[in-house]
Amino acid sequence: MSKTETDADAGTGAGAGAGAANTAAEDGERRDSEASARLSTAPAEDRPGEDRLIGGPTLGIVGWIRWFWRQLTSMRVALILLLLLSLGSIPGSLIPQNSVDDLKVRAWKEENEAWTPLFEKLQLFDVYSSVWFSAIYILLFVSLIGCIVPRSWQFVEQLRSRPPGAPGRLNRMPAYTTWRTDAEPEEVREAALSMLKRRRFRAHTVGTAVAAEKGYLREAGNLVFHVSLIVMLVAFAAGQLFKSEGGKLIVEGDGFSNVLPHYDDFRSGALYDTDDLVPFTFMLDSFTGTYERTGPQRGTPRTFEAAVTWSEPGGKEKKSKIEVNKPLVVDGTKVYLLAHGYAPVVTVRDGRGKVVYQDAVPLLPRDANVTSTGAIKVMDGYRDKNGKKRQLGFSAFFVPTFAGHGEGNMFSTFPGLDAPILALTGFTGDLGVNAGLPQNVYQLETRNLKQFKDKDGNKLAKRLLPGETMKLPDGAGSITFEPEVKEWASFQISQSPGNGWALGGAIAAIGGLVGSLFVRRRRIWVRAVRGDDGVTVVEMAGLGRGESPRLPEELTELALTLHERTPAPAEGTSSDSPPDAPDAPDAPDDRPNDSDDDRSDSVEVSAEGAGK
Amino acid sequence: MNLAAATNENLAQISNTLIYSAMAVYTLAFLAHIAEWVFGSRSKVGRTAAALTAPAPAVTVQVRGKEGGTAVLDKPKVVTRAAPGARDVPDGPGAAGGTVKGDLYGRIAIALTVVAFAVQAGGVAARAFSVQRAPWGNMYEFSITFSTVLVGAYLVFLTAGKNVRWMGLPLVGTVLIDLGIATTWLYTASDQLVPALDSYWLWIHVSTAIFCGAVFYLGAVGTLLYLFRDSYESKLARGAKPGAFLTSVMERLPSAASLDKFAYRVNAAIFPLWTFTIIAGAIWAGDAWGRYWGWDPKEVWSFITWVAYACYLHARATAGWKGRKAAVLALIAFACWLFNYYGVNIFVDGLHSYA
Ligand code: HEM
Repeated sequence: MSKTETDADAGTGAGAGAGAANTAAEDGERRDSEASARLSTAPAEDRPGEDRLIGGPTLGIVGWIRWFWRQLTSMRVALILLLLLSLGSIPGSLIPQNSVDDLKVRAWKEENEAWTPLFEKLQLFDVYSSVWFSAIYILLFVSLIGCIVPRSWQFVEQLRSRPPGAPGRLNRMPAYTTWRTDAEPEEVREAALSMLKRRRFRAHTVGTAVAAEKGYLREAGNLVFHVSLIVMLVAFAAGQLFKSEGGKLIVEGDGFSNVLPHYDDFRSGALYDTDDLVPFTFMLDSFTGTYERTGPQRGTPRTFEAAVTWSEPGGKEKKSKIEVNKPLVVDGTKVYLLAHGYAPVVTVRDGRGKVVYQDAVPLLPRDANVTSTGAIKVMDGYRDKNGKKRQLGFSAFFVPTFAGHGEGNMFSTFPGLDAPILALTGFTGDLGVNAGLPQNVYQLETRNLKQFKDKDGNKLAKRLLPGETMKLPDGAGSITFEPEVKEWASFQISQSPGNGWALGGAIAAIGGLVGSLFVRRRRIWVRAVRGDDGVTVVEMAGLGRGESPRLPEELTELALTLHERTPAPAEGTSSDSPPDAPDAPDAPDDRPNDSDDDRSDSVEVSAEGAGK
Repeated sequence: MNLAAATNENLAQISNTLIYSAMAVYTLAFLAHIAEWVFGSRSKVGRTAAALTAPAPAVTVQVRGKEGGTAVLDKPKVVTRAAPGARDVPDGPGAAGGTVKGDLYGRIAIALTVVAFAVQAGGVAARAFSVQRAPWGNMYEFSITFSTVLVGAYLVFLTAGKNVRWMGLPLVGTVLIDLGIATTWLYTASDQLVPALDSYWLWIHVSTAIFCGAVFYLGAVGTLLYLFRDSYESKLARGAKPGAFLTSVMERLPSAASLDKFAYRVNAAIFPLWTFTIIAGAIWAGDAWGRYWGWDPKEVWSFITWVAYACYLHARATAGWKGRKAAVLALIAFACWLFNYYGVNIFVDGLHSYA
């Protein structure tokens, strides 16, 4: 029987490739799957019955561990973990998060007191650092590592070995063609080998057939992608552990030095060492904000720009501009421009006219037009008319562009400094700053303060134009709104090592993905044997990994090329008789093997593009 | 300055007019597509059932023929085999059902779509000139750009000779809904960007995001129709007889295998770009807000979308998840993208909420 013959023939080939002990009686099925195996390094899919051991009395500790590990590194569990990861991310986007906005978290808690304890227990206000979320991604990454390591070895092995020999029955492959030729089988194989090699296939001859493979970059890309995911995670984790991040508000003309006491607030990762702060200083020379003046967009900011002079120890002074999207970078530390506002300069005098306070007072913006509020605190140096030491406090309300008297409210109508007005009301007494409690610099603690009253007993309050002065009653002194209004800018100074790695990982991930998704990995076999009538029968088949819509096209193209070099017999075979390919699945005794596929061996669908 | 402002407002006006005109033309295209489906239904159907029940043809092979002394040869014919378990079913003839009249309406619909596309693209461009920046500063602008890109991608597929005409009706319908929502609820007078949005990363990040969304949408339509067509085919394979309407519609679609392949290729091809979009967004956030990743709702949902598409790609390589389950995952992934696009801007507030 012709089938057995070729099987035996190919058997030596496949045997050489796969090292399996093939017997003449083995069925084509297994050989087919061997030939298609190792086109990828994906973990073997669980076959039913494989985990028969579950619950079995023979499963010892080691068995369990092995079972568990096999489950964890399977594609199915990776898929489930990925699903869990996306599900687990959802609550964090719907419930306010401490890491994003803790004020909102507080507000939420006040509104939903009944739920708060449960939510806190479930760490729903810190989803992305919660135990359960961490568990998901740590498991996923363990699974990923457990998957990558064996896959990489397998891939290296694939690169070192050669493409497996042709399966017994080539016409069971997804794309197949055959013809007869006068050329000798050896000639055909040689021509096929050189053709395939010229096309950068890895090709070699196994028995009566040439086996070739191309597209290893697919697997390489896939591995690179998955490894990059690990690199990114590690870089991200390192960034969290070693990062530092702090804020600083600076008024024009003031400076900052990168040491801990100079920060307004400072956060750092668990392993951060404050000695790691990069030593440098910078000074805010000026802040410029420009705004659209006309049209429907009046007031929309156009530029924010902080001009700074900075230097590293022993280095020269350099000038730079920091803009919203353009941080200053000093040795890996980045200085971002976060916000800006106004700092009117005020002078406070005591009853005798002595200046006890003169400074630019940064005020906090309340709206898009920079209506601002804040507090002026005169802590020491002031004595009342009796010479007694007191403290003074003013609560300040500032608008850069006042709508004009009679316009009702005190809100700013434009963010630029067009018609500034400073409204003040004064207090005297104890500011409470010495109580040791941290105090909001923008608010007065009025518990121990007494508000100044005017002659009629009304609360003293006044709107000042630049240069105007508000007198305090009973010779208590005065406060002057100096013509100068400075601007302030707030900066975030952050250092996060690992960003370079994360970026590198990200780029590699994209590259890997492109390889993994766009490169087609495929095998081509060309078998040439002498048929019963002495004419050479050529068979070609292709097998692609995954979705390979272009495989038939490619096979056609290869077949045409090879066909040209190994022409058909000059006379002989009638045009429509199927050549009796040695392993044509015509023998009835083949049927049982085909039971999985009872629609038989191929529907002739001329492949798309086959005519090209 | 005032003069410039006036031209800008003129341009904004022109943009609005163009968008409304495009909607009118799309409506005509929509009607023409409906006519295509209606007139196409007279065609004979039942190819799928025939293919599913016909006895398997014998293997027919291959090279032969020569005339005279010199051998003139036919090409070797390549025989393809469906993967084990897949059905070998031919693609349907398309909405026109192979009828001349249906085809005529279909061509009219496509011509109208091309016109509407040109008008709409003009509208987006006018908007861009009126605001003197990329027209992606608010949801109205996203929406009009999104559907323009969507139609553009579809037309590119058409011109490339891909079999996508079956998509015409759902596509134009979606574009109309998208533009309807944009012009009624999301409309925003043209305005400038706040400095945080003003960066060349805007061009990179937002343009790729919109493009990814448009292509993901095409994939989602393919996936959805795959699910319908697949259950239709399995019904036939079981020997059941689906209703006349269902048969008429389903017979004209490509086979489940083709739809599935289309959806997979589209989704897989765009996944790397989506990955890039997220990374570009992170880089931009790093420059603008001083941190690369802060779990802002928009960031969370792009991440979820990304993971969901990765799930889909994995599912296709996992036993027991291929086929319908993977398709459902793809739809979920697209739903995540949609939620990120509309839902997050509307229901959740975060740094990205500039709707
Ligand atoms: C943790 C365990 C993981 C395992 C065991 C795993 C395994 C695999 C395998 C074997 C493939 C090849 C399948 C194919 O080429 O069709 C693959 C592809 C892929 N994996 Fe993973 N992976 C894991 C994690 C991840 C993660 C965390 C992601 C990203 C979110 C991811 C994204 C992808 C993508 C996008 C593909 C390409 C799919 C394709 O080629 O069709 N994988 N993965």
